[in-house]
Amino acid sequence: MSLRWIALLAALVLLLVLSVSVGALHVPVVDAWRGLAGSGDPTVIAVVRSLRLPRAVVAMLVGAALGMSGGALQGTMRNPLAEPYLLGVSGGAAVGAVLAVTSGLPQPLVPLAGFAGAVVTIGIAFAVAHAARGRGDPRVLLMAGVVVGAFANAAIMLVLANAPASTVRGALWWMMGSVADASWTQAAALAAYATVGAVLLLAWARDIDALALGEDTAAGLGLDVERSARRIYLVAALLAAATVAAAGLVGFVGLVVPHLARRIAPGRHRALLVACALVGAVLVVAADLIARVARSPAELPLGAVTALIGVPFFLARLRKLS
Amino acid sequence: MIAFAGVTLRYPGATSAAVDGVTFDAAAGRLTAVVGPNGSGKSTTVRALLGRVPIEHGSITLGGAPLGSLAREAVAARVAVVAQREDLVFPLPVHEYVALGRHPHLGAWGRTGARDTAAVADAMHQAGVTELRDRKVDALSGGEWQRVRIARALAQGAPALVLDEPTAFLDVAHEMAVFELLSTLAHSGHAVLLVSHQLNLVARFADHIVLLHHGRVAAAGTPDDVMRGSVLEPVYEWPLLVTRDPAVGAPTLVPLRSRARVSTRPHDTP
Repeated sequence: MSLRWIALLAALVLLLVLSVSVGALHVPVVDAWRGLAGSGDPTVIAVVRSLRLPRAVVAMLVGAALGMSGGALQGTMRNPLAEPYLLGVSGGAAVGAVLAVTSGLPQPLVPLAGFAGAVVTIGIAFAVAHAARGRGDPRVLLMAGVVVGAFANAAIMLVLANAPASTVRGALWWMMGSVADASWTQAAALAAYATVGAVLLLAWARDIDALALGEDTAAGLGLDVERSARRIYLVAALLAAATVAAAGLVGFVGLVVPHLARRIAPGRHRALLVACALVGAVLVVAADLIARVARSPAELPLGAVTALIGVPFFLARLRKLS
Repeated sequence: MIAFAGVTLRYPGATSAAVDGVTFDAAAGRLTAVVGPNGSGKSTTVRALLGRVPIEHGSITLGGAPLGSLAREAVAARVAVVAQREDLVFPLPVHEYVALGRHPHLGAWGRTGARDTAAVADAMHQAGVTELRDRKVDALSGGEWQRVRIARALAQGAPALVLDEPTAFLDVAHEMAVFELLSTLAHSGHAVLLVSHQLNLVARFADHIVLLHHGRVAAAGTPDDVMRGSVLEPVYEWPLLVTRDPAVGAPTLVPLRSRARVSTRPHDTP
């Protein structure tokens, strides 16, 4: 294992420890450990076990899932600008969530509505691409995703145009992403989705290697190009939809993480996807930590912080590539 | 090895067939070249082998087995294809790129064994790219890149090799290197099917030439059979002179200036 992998793992562990320790109530690392084990101050035990650790775990899973989703899509579509939200996931999820907020559904149902909206738009994007005879053509699916996403955004504006200010604020906050309300139930659900998605993408990693060479070359290597591409798009989109249900829209991660991960795993996609998961986890856990402590006790929107952290790395990477 | 029998190919939604009733074969131990003007259907024949164009009529067989009856991975184990276009957005080191040729032979998790490692090393050796193994493919010259692509196809371990315009954009030395390599591979037992616009090099290296025109076979045979002004001129719709290269004795095509179209034109010297 190279130094970069070790440094990445160490960074993730350090950030998780900091996430549990740092906050409005400062908990020394030793006390945090004792709290996790169930001994010491009951307040510390409650904060560490019920608030901070599930929050850090959800942030880690959100980052890992979005990173893997972005890595799989960029390779399959042979497009360094591809990311899961371009498949209409973000627009559809936002429509579902905004409709849930404006129609007064209980707060716990908002993420489920977001997930349902994301799944519906993925289905529509695939149907549009199929109707346009795009089959597995990544350009057609990308365009279908962008168009369906734009339609969803227009629908959001219509719904929010006449909504009360409090509703608009709630919907916007959700659209900016947050893991503030993370629970162990959410973490378990997301872990289940992320594990299934990760296993499938890792199993199909060598198909992504072939697809990254172009459709004709992939076909020459024995791949059923349309079928392989379609199932990778679907799993990548569903992974992103699962993160939306847990944390709202956390932008930029799916785009920037694969570029950063290629510094650690510059070759084939199996190692790259693992690196994407780790880099994504580090990015989102770090972003959530900053979102929590930068203006404590107020919180910053997670999606904005991921972009603020990710953009300088992305620009540095671009500079190196050019 | 690869046999086209009365094959008609039509792209979905197209009003006319791209390839219409074409019959030819690419035998083992022979370099077969498919030539013809732009739009004559050359690349479409390659894409049919990849399963990217539906076969409307006729049949394509690989070693006697109909293409349609074989799973995609079984086709890939019989025929390795170097497609016309391939731009790697995310470049790999050469040895990892060549190793992708083992894709049809790997199991679900893609675990490689000693046989795969040996096949990759042998393919790089045959294509003369062993010394490039740690270079990224985006750091290669055009000629090196084409040889690396051929190495990837060789790593597939297929008895037939199909290449679509492998010398496009290459200088004379690199063109010659690629044709020499293909000739060596053909004469070592591979069935090599080559699509090319380089008629003079094809005439020197190919054992069999298939000339396509508007999706149909206009002529087929040895270079001496096909490389005739009377055969090529109506197909390319341009005044041509075919002479014989004094150095190597192969038929050589000389395109004439357009004003010579109606004036006195030297006779072919086949």
